[in-house]
Amino acid sequence: MVTLVGILDLARFQFAMTTIFHFFFVPMSIGLGVVVSVMETIYVIKKDEMYKKMAQFWGKIFILSFAVGVVTGLIQEFQFGMNWSEYSRYVGDIFGSLLAIEALVAFFAESTFIGLWSFTWDRFKPGVHVLFIWITTIGSAISSLWILAANSFMQNPVGYAIDNHMGRAELKSFGALLSNRQLWVEFPHVVIGTFVTAGFLVAGMSAFKLLKLKKAHPEIKFFRRSMNVALIIGLIGVAGALVTGDQHAFDLQSMQPMKYAAMEGVDKSITSSERKDKAQPWSLISVTNPDTHKVIAHIEIPYVLSILGNHSLTGGNTVGTTELEKEFQQKYGKTHSDIKDYYVPENTLFYSFRVMAMGAGGLLMLGVVALWMNRRKSKLILTQRWFLWILGVATFVPFIINTAGWLVTELGRYPWVVYGLMPISSAVSPNVSAMSLLISNIVYFLTFATLGGVMVWISRRALHAGPYAEEEEVESPSDPYDHLAKGVEA
Amino acid sequence: MTILEILWFTLIGILWAGFFFLEGFDFGVGMQFAFNARDQKDREALYQAIGPNWDANEVWLVTAGGATFAAFPAWYASLFSGFYLMLFIVLLGLIYRGVSFEFREHMPTIQGTHIWERLIALTSFLVPFFLGMIFTAMVSGTPIDAHGNLSAGFFDYVTPFTLVGGIAVTLMSYIHGLNYSRLRIDGNVRVRASSQLKYLYPVLLAGEALFAILLFFYTDFLQTKTLLTLIILVVIVLTTVIGWFLTVKKQLEALPFVLSGLTLVEVVVLLFVGLFPRVMVANNPLYNLDIMNTSSSPYTLKLMTIVVITALPVTLGYQIWSFWVFRKRIVSHKVVE
Ligand code: HEM
Repeated sequence: MVTLVGILDLARFQFAMTTIFHFFFVPMSIGLGVVVSVMETIYVIKKDEMYKKMAQFWGKIFILSFAVGVVTGLIQEFQFGMNWSEYSRYVGDIFGSLLAIEALVAFFAESTFIGLWSFTWDRFKPGVHVLFIWITTIGSAISSLWILAANSFMQNPVGYAIDNHMGRAELKSFGALLSNRQLWVEFPHVVIGTFVTAGFLVAGMSAFKLLKLKKAHPEIKFFRRSMNVALIIGLIGVAGALVTGDQHAFDLQSMQPMKYAAMEGVDKSITSSERKDKAQPWSLISVTNPDTHKVIAHIEIPYVLSILGNHSLTGGNTVGTTELEKEFQQKYGKTHSDIKDYYVPENTLFYSFRVMAMGAGGLLMLGVVALWMNRRKSKLILTQRWFLWILGVATFVPFIINTAGWLVTELGRYPWVVYGLMPISSAVSPNVSAMSLLISNIVYFLTFATLGGVMVWISRRALHAGPYAEEEEVESPSDPYDHLAKGVEA
Repeated sequence: MTILEILWFTLIGILWAGFFFLEGFDFGVGMQFAFNARDQKDREALYQAIGPNWDANEVWLVTAGGATFAAFPAWYASLFSGFYLMLFIVLLGLIYRGVSFEFREHMPTIQGTHIWERLIALTSFLVPFFLGMIFTAMVSGTPIDAHGNLSAGFFDYVTPFTLVGGIAVTLMSYIHGLNYSRLRIDGNVRVRASSQLKYLYPVLLAGEALFAILLFFYTDFLQTKTLLTLIILVVIVLTTVIGWFLTVKKQLEALPFVLSGLTLVEVVVLLFVGLFPRVMVANNPLYNLDIMNTSSSPYTLKLMTIVVITALPVTLGYQIWSFWVFRKRIVSHKVVE
């Protein structure tokens, strides 16, 4: 038993680590795909060479993030069988098919067309070439549909039946799987989140570059325009994230009330009709004791939880974690006697949710101001160096927000791997040794640190060199490479 | 045993065969970063030859894994957890290999570039070697328990048979890669590839003979499916001999490339035919995993069949088109028609 706990913890740690790292690059590459597609489309329409350069320059970062996304995605594809073999046996009928469909209909398209796109700039007419990047981008968005359908099944299992003879869940309705309510909130939320990620990444990197460029440097125009395109995409993203995020939170009340209660720091149930103001207060800050699961301190703002949870100034109720625990004990106690309790990590959920929602608010304001300061007629943004700094630092914010979002989603599912159906503890591979897991954890960690570090370093160098670097290099005889690459493309 | 179960067993075989045919040569090209490149121009030409395609080739592996998960979840679960450390090495190899292709051209110094190019070469050896080991171990019998769990350590799988299996797959990939280089690259790379092939074909033939002998001792293929196994073994040897002849005597390029790909495909066929209807061989025959006791529900199999029938032709279509687009021969510094 002791070893089993070790295995479980190590496997969970590995899942968290690999998915979080993978999900740094997924929204980055999907979002950059969108940004680059838009840039190249502007080039095709306006025939302005600068936008072609833009697509090529940001395209480099896009290709890098795509590569790291792909290779870390390989781990995901294998990990279920390696670390979660019991899970794979139990729901493979459903989950496996979604993964296979993802590979068949999306991965092939993405990987083939990104190859075509990056190697054929001079071989196809611009109007054809731009299609390659769009197919790549749409392919990667479609791939997220399938993987999120799989995740949505874990959050809110539908369209299945238990086969007692086989001892597993079996797919009964593919339609139900694809019309899962959770999917149609999660998929838009994640895809629009990729706009946020890439939008603020490109805007932030442009800001860093503008800080470096001397007055009247010819590249200033390049980076200001890049920033504009990126900010518009980023702002569309933030607005979309607010709308879909609100719906997400609203839905949780009925679908995963424990997650919702923890996210909002509600231990004792709130019944608005019993309150003087007939409204539910919302906690700005809250601390829960992780052992007793009681809120020990909080700062409340009246009305706000009614607005969020009831979409009106007053009314609505929230069932607290204490009551839910009792309810779940009664509901699942007999069938799942091995589950100790149904509490989720309240503090992590509470603050992760606030980081996400408030981060979105912050980005919204920042983006609007930046767009205004960067308007064509004004030079304001070039003089306000402090603002460029803030915008630069904001590059990293969407990555934190994405991680926070996943922490809410995944930790809030505790103790289930498939909600209400299969506990996490019975999903793990019983035959994998703790030593194997330990080794793989350490090596993955070192690998990720290396890859992440190299990525950041290369991106900084590319930014430093600027979009017109290559042409200069071609002339220098010391570098045989670009010369060569050029010849090959021609 | 249902038609759909047989169909999916076959399809997974086809996906693996496709993977080895396609990524086989780009592993082989990767290995040439170490053994068939004298200078930076050679290495760049090698990269250009597979640059646009290696990623899509790798998707065949992902799809094979995904299809196993979908169609035979219990197979996927036992195989992937049972061969944990070996698969872990395969994964690491694929991870470093994939990023190396992208990172190498972004290095400020030539030394920096070399680091990633060495990694390309190293990982291009490791991955086919360990995949070869896993496949041969899978068919030669493993300690599977009543629940389908495999709990043996790393060294339980390291036998003469699996070692030869690993080396054979690696060598076949290398030869396949040399043939690809002859087809796609001009100049020194091509010349050296031809002269290396002269020596490697006989080595491969010796390896195939050894493999056939070990197959007799480590699997039941030759005992239970004598005729079929013998036929496939003969076909493998013949394919190699013809490839050797056409390469060395006739100086042909396209046909030997197809043939070296076919040897890899034939090895997959050999293993899958020998396995059928099993998917993993247990030391205790009672605990064998087969396509009946590991398969998904008929509903899922039907669904997946519809998806494959619709998606695969389109997929194959644009992949082939992509190879067509990149058909021109690469010279160290320019492309010739
Ligand atoms: C910058 C904008 C945002 C980004 C990039 C972002 C990203 C994410 C991500 C990646 C997830 C995990 C996947 C999922 O379950 O959908 C998530 C979950 C979630 N997000 Fe956001 N988010 C943003 C803004 C918001 C806002 C403003 C709200 C609420 C008002 C919100 C509410 C939620 C909720 C409730 C979940 C958990 C859903 C569940 O467990 O089912 N998000 N977010």
